[in-house]
Amino acid sequence: MINESIAYLLLNIDKYYEAVMVHIEISLAALAVSFMIAVPLGIWCSKNGSVSYSVINAFTILRIIPSLAVLVIAMPILGTGFVPALFALTLLAIPPILINTYSGFRNIDPFVLECAAGMGMNAGKILLAIEIPLAMPLILTGLRTSATEVIASATLASYIGAGGLGDFIFTGIGMNDVRILLIGGMSVALLSVLTEVSLTAVQHMVTKYQRD
Amino acid sequence: MARTAIEFRNVSKQYANTSQYAVTGVNMRISEGSFITILGTSGSGKTTLLKMVNRIYEATSGEILYFGESIKNLKIEEYRRKIGYVIQQVGLFPHMTVEENIGTIPQILRWDTDKIAKRVEALLELVCLPPRDFKKRYPRQLSGGQQQRVGLARAMAADPDLMLMDEPFGAIDAITRQNLQEELIGIQRKLNKTILFVTHDVSEAFKLGDKVMIMHEGKIQQFDTPYGIISKPANEYVARLIATQDIVQRLKVLKAQSVMLPVDAQVSDRAFRVGTEESLHNILTYFLEHDQNHVLVEDCGRGVVGKITWEQLKVSTRQGKILSA
Repeated sequence: MINESIAYLLLNIDKYYEAVMVHIEISLAALAVSFMIAVPLGIWCSKNGSVSYSVINAFTILRIIPSLAVLVIAMPILGTGFVPALFALTLLAIPPILINTYSGFRNIDPFVLECAAGMGMNAGKILLAIEIPLAMPLILTGLRTSATEVIASATLASYIGAGGLGDFIFTGIGMNDVRILLIGGMSVALLSVLTEVSLTAVQHMVTKYQRD
Repeated sequence: MARTAIEFRNVSKQYANTSQYAVTGVNMRISEGSFITILGTSGSGKTTLLKMVNRIYEATSGEILYFGESIKNLKIEEYRRKIGYVIQQVGLFPHMTVEENIGTIPQILRWDTDKIAKRVEALLELVCLPPRDFKKRYPRQLSGGQQQRVGLARAMAADPDLMLMDEPFGAIDAITRQNLQEELIGIQRKLNKTILFVTHDVSEAFKLGDKVMIMHEGKIQQFDTPYGIISKPANEYVARLIATQDIVQRLKVLKAQSVMLPVDAQVSDRAFRVGTEESLHNILTYFLEHDQNHVLVEDCGRGVVGKITWEQLKVSTRQGKILSA
């Protein structure tokens, strides 16, 4: 079975290579966009207690909608291909990063911040030198959760013609061909594991001060 | 005459959503180089008073002057960099080493790396932490007492004129606290900083302060030297507060020079000599241990300046006792 899969893979290596690249591209883009939205939003929420619940709840509710449904809803407006896929995946990736950024900032010892201000650091300096580094471990935890979800869900992008490893999985299902299905499934799994491992390594690096 | 470092002009503070004032109409001048302790129970307004000086809290009304200038007119970050700030919770930056913590403000002030490194080493020496062993450590690798030493060093990094300390030794065990208190007195003598030190511990307030400010219900009850407060409590509240200390404890805070009698002419006496800062507690111990009934008080610059007899010691002790009972 595995051998047959590899044989098929070698025959279609160009197609496979392209699918992997598209999959990575779409996932990275979704993560980058959601990171750029969720981190500032999370910081803003942590400093504005009154709005934080509504904002976080709104995104959590949006997240409950299955990605496939979002894709279908987005199609009439955004058309097919890369853009609606990016939209659906971004929506999926925002809540974990948002919530973790929020908790990361809220968990900072208020006396550390009082000292920083009392010493004469301005708000910008406190944010860059104290708050972001201290919240970073949790922000990265959020990013890890989002990354795993996005990589898995990016297979759905194939449904609306955005390509990616989903092409192999859905072709495999459609043709009832386990060889093709395996190539797609195994690759997505491998991609998830690699991402998880590398992000964990980064997280390990930024939390060095908590250990030795 | 020393300059006035901090002046409060009719300063009050009311927190949002409360009807009561935390601090009411405080007027006071603190001269440069003095060590002031602010003593009170929790809720007395002592911390609020302290934290209005560096604008962690803003005064609701009134004015605070820093060397004659209203602090509202000073640029807040620049003003705060001239003030060392130490709190009970220490508040070290957990993701930075000891060295980086202490170097934070010098770095913001753009000192060159060499100068910062030298400053960090000098400060660590000053607070009795060997730089070689400590500068690369993270805060969580230090004991409570060591953390507060680093906190103190960090507060002094940019050589501030004024130090604000909010119960800095409140969470530290008794023996370490004693050492830290003595080191702080030594540091203050050496560097002549103006220090405002908040505490709820009566003996700490009397031991450290040149002058003690007693706060209750948002008002200053009395602002005087330890001797002045013990011998003439301003009101019932102060009397009760100091009465919680036993008589022997009180002798610890009274200094030889505050009760000594003048000596006439040349003293050729061979009696035991003590310094002007010697506590009456130690003098009492000396009387009890030796068969003597007087000691001479000596100022290191001026020779013998006074004497204390057994009778005088009894009288001044009883005075404090009667007035505060």
